[in-house]
Amino acid sequence: MPYLPHSADDVRRALETIGVDSIDALFDELPSTLRNPDIDLPPAMDETTLMGHLRALAAKDVTAGPNFLGGGMRRHFIPAVTPALALQSEFVTAYTPYQPEVAQGVLQATFEFQTMMSELTGLDVANASMYDGATAVAEAALLAVRQTRRETVLVSRGVHPETRDVLATYLEALEIAVHTVDLEAGRTPPPGAVEDAACVIAQQPNHLGLLEDMGGLAEAAHAAGALFVAAVDPLSLAVLKPPGVYGADVAVGDGQVLGNPMAFGGPSFGFMVVRTALLRQLPGRLVGQTTDVDGKRAFVLTLQAREQHIRRSKAKSNICSNHQLTALMATVNMAALGPEGLREMAVGSVRQAHRLLERLRAAGAKPAVDAPFFNEFPLATRRPGGEVRSALAARGVQAGVPLGAEYGLGNAVLLCATELVTDRDIETLIDALRGSAELDGVAAHHG
Amino acid sequence: MAEPRETSFPSLFERSRAGRRAARPPRHDGPDLGGLLGEEQLRDAPPRLPEVSELDLVRHFTQLAHRQFSIDGNVYPLGSCTMKYNPKVHEEAARLFQDLHPYQAPETAQGTLQLLFELQRDLAALTGMEAVSLQPAAGAHGELTGILMIRAYHQARGEGAQRRVVIVPDGAHGTNPATASMAGYRVVEVRSDARGEVDLEAFRQALGPEVAAVMLTNPNTVGVFETHILEIARLAHEAGAQLYYDGANLNAIVGRVRPGDMGFDVVHLNLHKTFTTPHGGGGPGTGPIGVKAHLADFLPVPLVVREDDGYALSEDVPRSIGRIRSFYGNVGNLVRAYAYIRSLGLDGLRRVSGHAVLNANYLRVKMQEAGFTVPVERLNMHEFVAQPPDGVHTLDVAKALLDYGMHPMTVYFPLIVKEAMMVEPTETESLETLDAYAAALGEILARAAADPGYLEGAPYATPVRRLDEVTAARQPVLRYAFDDA
Repeated sequence: MPYLPHSADDVRRALETIGVDSIDALFDELPSTLRNPDIDLPPAMDETTLMGHLRALAAKDVTAGPNFLGGGMRRHFIPAVTPALALQSEFVTAYTPYQPEVAQGVLQATFEFQTMMSELTGLDVANASMYDGATAVAEAALLAVRQTRRETVLVSRGVHPETRDVLATYLEALEIAVHTVDLEAGRTPPPGAVEDAACVIAQQPNHLGLLEDMGGLAEAAHAAGALFVAAVDPLSLAVLKPPGVYGADVAVGDGQVLGNPMAFGGPSFGFMVVRTALLRQLPGRLVGQTTDVDGKRAFVLTLQAREQHIRRSKAKSNICSNHQLTALMATVNMAALGPEGLREMAVGSVRQAHRLLERLRAAGAKPAVDAPFFNEFPLATRRPGGEVRSALAARGVQAGVPLGAEYGLGNAVLLCATELVTDRDIETLIDALRGSAELDGVAAHHG
Repeated sequence: MAEPRETSFPSLFERSRAGRRAARPPRHDGPDLGGLLGEEQLRDAPPRLPEVSELDLVRHFTQLAHRQFSIDGNVYPLGSCTMKYNPKVHEEAARLFQDLHPYQAPETAQGTLQLLFELQRDLAALTGMEAVSLQPAAGAHGELTGILMIRAYHQARGEGAQRRVVIVPDGAHGTNPATASMAGYRVVEVRSDARGEVDLEAFRQALGPEVAAVMLTNPNTVGVFETHILEIARLAHEAGAQLYYDGANLNAIVGRVRPGDMGFDVVHLNLHKTFTTPHGGGGPGTGPIGVKAHLADFLPVPLVVREDDGYALSEDVPRSIGRIRSFYGNVGNLVRAYAYIRSLGLDGLRRVSGHAVLNANYLRVKMQEAGFTVPVERLNMHEFVAQPPDGVHTLDVAKALLDYGMHPMTVYFPLIVKEAMMVEPTETESLETLDAYAAALGEILARAAADPGYLEGAPYATPVRRLDEVTAARQPVLRYAFDDA
């Protein structure tokens, strides 16, 4: 049997040591009527058969071809050195660093992660990571409720729809009201009725890809005594103004774009970075620097009195683990690229997205909202978004995240570019749009 | 005290030199960003990320890896964590599915969707449940999902306002009461009896019309099976409460008895435990939940469904609690768990629980022979709780073990046992490894008796030695301080 080391002799020796007759006898306390039920599972496969089966499944997925999909996850450059270092078996098969003397690898890497996230966001303290961007936003709202003792949350419609859904799920249980601020011309206006709000949450760039006036929103929130929570794309912070500079109290987001494969949506990781004044309200693990008995610098999990295993029902959150390994991927990746490499990725993404829109305009298309955008924008389409996406997929291009009716833009899809999009990819997309009758004119070159 | 930096392992930021870097993304010429985005949107100075060559980067993270204990390195018997071997083939399997975008057209993701659909079905079969959601990102996240569903269920029956309490045993994992609070519930703890099980009389008294749910781990955190489980389920249901199964300890019984058959209404599974997806230094975990039919209408969206023309993601769950994370779950780990189930089949999984319990009982006997005691004298399941002899502290024994290149057990949990050592060797360790572990523990006790100062000074041979955790908490240093800052 795979992965089980015992021979029949080993089993006999162990049973003798314990003083029972059989392995089944170890389970005598289980309800006899329920024991060893017939469970309908497929038969076991050897390694070759298993991998053949999985490859056959994977062959039904399409990953080749130009990719213009965004909406919270994107295909970015990940150098070979990133997984080679982050996925060393010492990191993959370790657990929570409960014994810091033998866990300096994970602990120091996490301290370096916290430092990098603090640098990117311009805020003081980052935790060791959370599940994903959406749950990080929900946890940020709960933090704001604890801090301000107010029980309403304002969220911009420009925040990713799935994030707002998760926010609603988390807050409904605690009977905290969530009010959505509608967009005006694709951007969040200064919200009214902030007076009893714990926080205002906005996303930069917003779900339409457009740039918000985050400083203005922060000012409006603070004027009413609310916190300002910035949900940010961390790669964009290589070039965009950091949340700490425009007045955010909390920065949260999803870390996939910092060096993790998309993996059909997960695992990525979420991050949360706060001002020092909010430190005691921060959920999740934290690594701190200290010294050992010999005076050597060393790292350790700290301020654990906030957490569930100490505080139980009084904890700041029930979160137990973090998303350590995916956060480590980002740590290695940011170090591999450095500030210049990260900047080049952000700049390349912005330029290719703008080149794409320029080419689309030349071909007669127009954005659903015409406003400054980062590397993603909404395109008005003739058919519903899902149909456009399928039509493009049939032509070998992955593009067109459908936009919901809540945005009032009619038929529209999001188009996104990263530094991995080539000029030729852009022409292929335009051809595919022509081929699927979304653009006028005849496709220049099929296939 | 010595000046720390002279003897300390360097930080990535100390290795940094302006202008160096390891990786170069494709470059695109074009207009300045200020013109495209507006100067007011741009940052003034770049983030101070490390600037290192590729070889410096490789050495840094390789040396850090050498400063990190792992299952691949040696035995790691943390109780309730199920630190079993993580098969290498699972990593290869996960790579086959890592390049899909979550929003690509469903007809271009049929392989992954089929795998997820089949995994939902396999996990339902293994737990005795009717429906499964693969969404939750960790065990604690599964708990929150399950408790929110129970809350929605009571509300739908008009009992939401009345049922405000969640019962947990005093030995429960900390996540159970924290989850109940996060879902807006008040927590009532019930004590354990002399056999290490839920005290039935105390449980009866705690039940009432205000109870929404009872959260149990079975086998429990003391490592014993709750033999009154059918009675507990009957009482809970008679009182109108829902019974929640914390799947942290499923490795003890997988394939042998199912939570659904025991009367549980909701179960979460820790795929990083029983189904051996890697712990990754603290995550990502994965915590799917299974429910009985009466709760299926409350599952989070989306679910993976099979339709006439293939597999699809469905939002059509009539009274769903909503979404509990973005996208569809930690798919990379779901692939690994699927590969594990398909590698072992039912017979293999039954052997897993059989050998897990065999190994735990074997190590218990060996540790008793070495001078440790157990607070509950009975056969245990996949883990057991032990105590060192009087006058010896669990923490000191744990630190001394580090010098043997072995990882300590979980220490000081459960909270209901003084000087608790919770040990879970798992089925993938050989008897020789368990013998060596018990022998090391015996030697530590012998050395402690001969030299009282020895234990307090341990460990001696680790990359760093005992840490000043008090200063770490009193004067928190939570990021690197640049000299010019």
